[in-house]
Amino acid sequence: MQTDFKKRISQSIAFWTFRILSLIVMGVLFSILGFIFVKGIGVVNWDFITQMPEDGMTKGGIYPAIIGTLCLISGSMLFAFPIGVMSGIYIYEYTKDSWYRKFVQLMTSNLAGVPSIVFGLFGMALFVNKLGFGDSILAGSLTLGLLALPVVIRTTEEALKAIDKSYREASYALGGTKLQTIRRVTLPMALPNIITGLILSIGRVSGETAPILFTVAAYFLPKLPTSIFDQVMALPYHLYVISTSGTNINESRGMAYGTAVVLILIVLILNIIANLIRRFLSKKYKTN
Amino acid sequence: MQIKAAFDDAAFINLIKPLHLSVIKKIINKTIEGLLMLSSTITTLTVLLIVLFLFKEGLSVFKESPLEGENVIVLSNQNKITHLSSIDIKKIFDQETTNWKLIGGANDSILLFTINDLSNYFSEEELGPNFEFLPQKMDSLIEANPGMIAIFSKKYLDKNHKSKIASIDNISPKSFLLGKEWFPTASPAVQLGVLPLILGTLYVSIVAILIALPIGLATAIYIAEVANPRIRAIYKPVIELLAGIPSVVYGFFGLIVIVPLIQKIFDLPVGETGLAGAIILAIMALPTIITVTEDALRNTPRSMKEASLALGATQWQTIYKVVIPYSASGISAAAILGIGRAIGETMAVLMVTGNAAVMPHSLLEPLRTIPATIAAELGEAPANGIHYKALFGLGCILFIITMFINIWVEAISKKRIKH
Repeated sequence: MQTDFKKRISQSIAFWTFRILSLIVMGVLFSILGFIFVKGIGVVNWDFITQMPEDGMTKGGIYPAIIGTLCLISGSMLFAFPIGVMSGIYIYEYTKDSWYRKFVQLMTSNLAGVPSIVFGLFGMALFVNKLGFGDSILAGSLTLGLLALPVVIRTTEEALKAIDKSYREASYALGGTKLQTIRRVTLPMALPNIITGLILSIGRVSGETAPILFTVAAYFLPKLPTSIFDQVMALPYHLYVISTSGTNINESRGMAYGTAVVLILIVLILNIIANLIRRFLSKKYKTN
Repeated sequence: MQIKAAFDDAAFINLIKPLHLSVIKKIINKTIEGLLMLSSTITTLTVLLIVLFLFKEGLSVFKESPLEGENVIVLSNQNKITHLSSIDIKKIFDQETTNWKLIGGANDSILLFTINDLSNYFSEEELGPNFEFLPQKMDSLIEANPGMIAIFSKKYLDKNHKSKIASIDNISPKSFLLGKEWFPTASPAVQLGVLPLILGTLYVSIVAILIALPIGLATAIYIAEVANPRIRAIYKPVIELLAGIPSVVYGFFGLIVIVPLIQKIFDLPVGETGLAGAIILAIMALPTIITVTEDALRNTPRSMKEASLALGATQWQTIYKVVIPYSASGISAAAILGIGRAIGETMAVLMVTGNAAVMPHSLLEPLRTIPATIAAELGEAPANGIHYKALFGLGCILFIITMFINIWVEAISKKRIKH
C-alpha cells in the first residue's frame, strides 16, 4: 500500500511538472504574440498598408515593403516550386536505392541545414557579383528560392511516400506506364500535401531576413519596382532597420510594432490556409 | 492490282499509325523524364556550387598579407628580427610591445616611424621640392637606427634600399582559428582571429539548449503521453506557428522586452548580452526540440508500453523506464538539431547580443556570434578585400559546423532505424 501511494505521488508530481512546463511554453508564445498585437494592432489600418513611408520612416505606411515581399515570394516560388517538385518526383519515383539517390538526398539534407546567412553570402558572391545582377529582385528571389528548395523537395518526397503501394500497383496492372501513373494517380493524390508544403515554405520565405540583406533589400526606397533588376524594400528587413538602426528609433517604434503585426499575420494566415487546404483536399480525394 | 495496292497502303498506314503515336509518346515521356532528372541535378549542382564558392573565397584569405594597402614594414639591417606576425605588428604599433627583446630581438627599445613623423626628422628643404629625396633619406635614417620600425607605402621605398623589408606572415589557418582578436579594419595590420566569435556562438547556443531542452522535453512528453487528444489538438498547431514566426520578430520582441528586463534585473549598463541571445534562441529552438522529441516518443512500440503497464508499473514509471530509454537517440537528435538551429540563427542574435567581438567571459556581457558578424560586416567590407574574404572564411566555418551536425543527426537516426 505504502509503495503504491509513493508511486502515485511521484506520478502526479511528474505529470504536473510537465503540465506546468508545457503551459509555460504556451504562455511564452501567447505573450510574444499578445504583446506585439496589443501594441501594434492600433497602427495597422488601411493607410498603413497602402501608403509610402514618410518622415524618415516614422510616419506613413509600409506599402513598398509589402509589395517587395510579394515580389520576392513570387520570384522565389517560380524558381523553387517547379524545380523542387520535379526533383522530388525524380528522386522518389525514378531512383531506387542507387548511389545517385543517396547522393542527392545527402545534398538536399545538407542544403536544408545550411544557415540562412550562408545563403546570403552565396547569393551575394554568385548572383550579385559574379553574374552581375546587382542588388535586385532577381538575385534576392534566386537566393530565397535556393533556401526554399530543400523544403519543397522534402515535402514532395514525403507526400509521394505516404501514398499506399496498392494505388500504384493498380495503375500498373491496368497497363499504365510509369509516367501515366505519376500524372493520373500519385501526383493528384500527393497534391494536398505538396501544396501545404508550398504554403508553409512561402511563410518561411516571407520572414527571412539574412539572405536578402546583401542581395536585394533596400533601406528606404519609397517607390515601386519596375523591373526584376530593381532593389526593393522587404517587410522583415524593414522591421530590422527601423527597430535597430533608424535615426529616430523611438519615433518609429509604432511603425515597428505595426510591421511585426503584419509579418505575424502573414504567417498566421498562411498556416490557416495550409491547414484548410490539407483538410479540404484530403476529404475530396477520400470521398471520390 | 490497284485494289491490292490500296489495301497494302491501308495496311501499311494501319501498321505505322500506332507505331507513330507510340514514338511521339515515347519522345514526350523521355523529355519529361529528362526534365525531372535535370531539376534534381540542378539541386545537387547548387549545393556543390555553394561549397565551391564559399571555400574558394574563404580559403583565399590565407593568401593575403595582413598589412593594409600597399604598405611595407622596413627595419635596419642591424636588427636581428627579419619577420613579424600580424599580432606582433599590432602590439608594436599599439605600443604594447616596446622592446625588441620581447619578440626575440636584441635588448633595444622600439622606435616607431610612420610617414606622419617625417617632419620630426627632416626639414622640407632636405626632402626636396617634390619629395624626390624622401626615399633615400628615409632609407638611411632607418638603416642608422637599429631600434626603428618604419611603415610606409611601397612607392616611398628607395630603389637601392640598404635597409631590409620585414617579411610579414600571411594570415595563417592557425592564427585565423585561434587568434583572439577580431579587428578586420585595424591599421596598420588587420587582426583576423575568430576564436572570440566561435566561442561566442557556441556559448550562446549551448546555454540556449540547456534552457530549452528540459522545457521542450517536458512539453513533448506531455503532448505525446499525458495530454488527452483534445489538448493535443490545441498544442500541435500552436507549436507549428511558433516555428513559423520570422526570426526578426523574435529579435524585435527580445530587443523591446527581454533586453530592458535583463538590464533592470542584473543592474547592467547595457541589456544587450549573451543571456538575452540565449533566451531568445531557447524560445526559437523549442519547436524543433518538441517536434523531434515527440516523434521519437511516439515511435515507442505499443507492445512495450503495454507490457510495462501489465507488470503493474504506473504510467510515469513506464515513461521513464521504457519510453524515454527507448527514444533516447531521438531525444539526443532533437538536442543536436536544436543546437544546429541556434548556431545558424542570425537576425535575432544580431539584434539582442550587443555584438562586441571580444572573448566572452560571462553571459552578462555583450558578445558576438559568427552569423551576426557576417550580417553586420559584409555590407561594409569592400568586395574581394581581405575583410570580405575573412567573412567568407567565417561562412565556411559555419557551413562545416552545420554539416557536421547534419551528418551526426543522420547517423543517430540511422542507428535508431536499425534497432
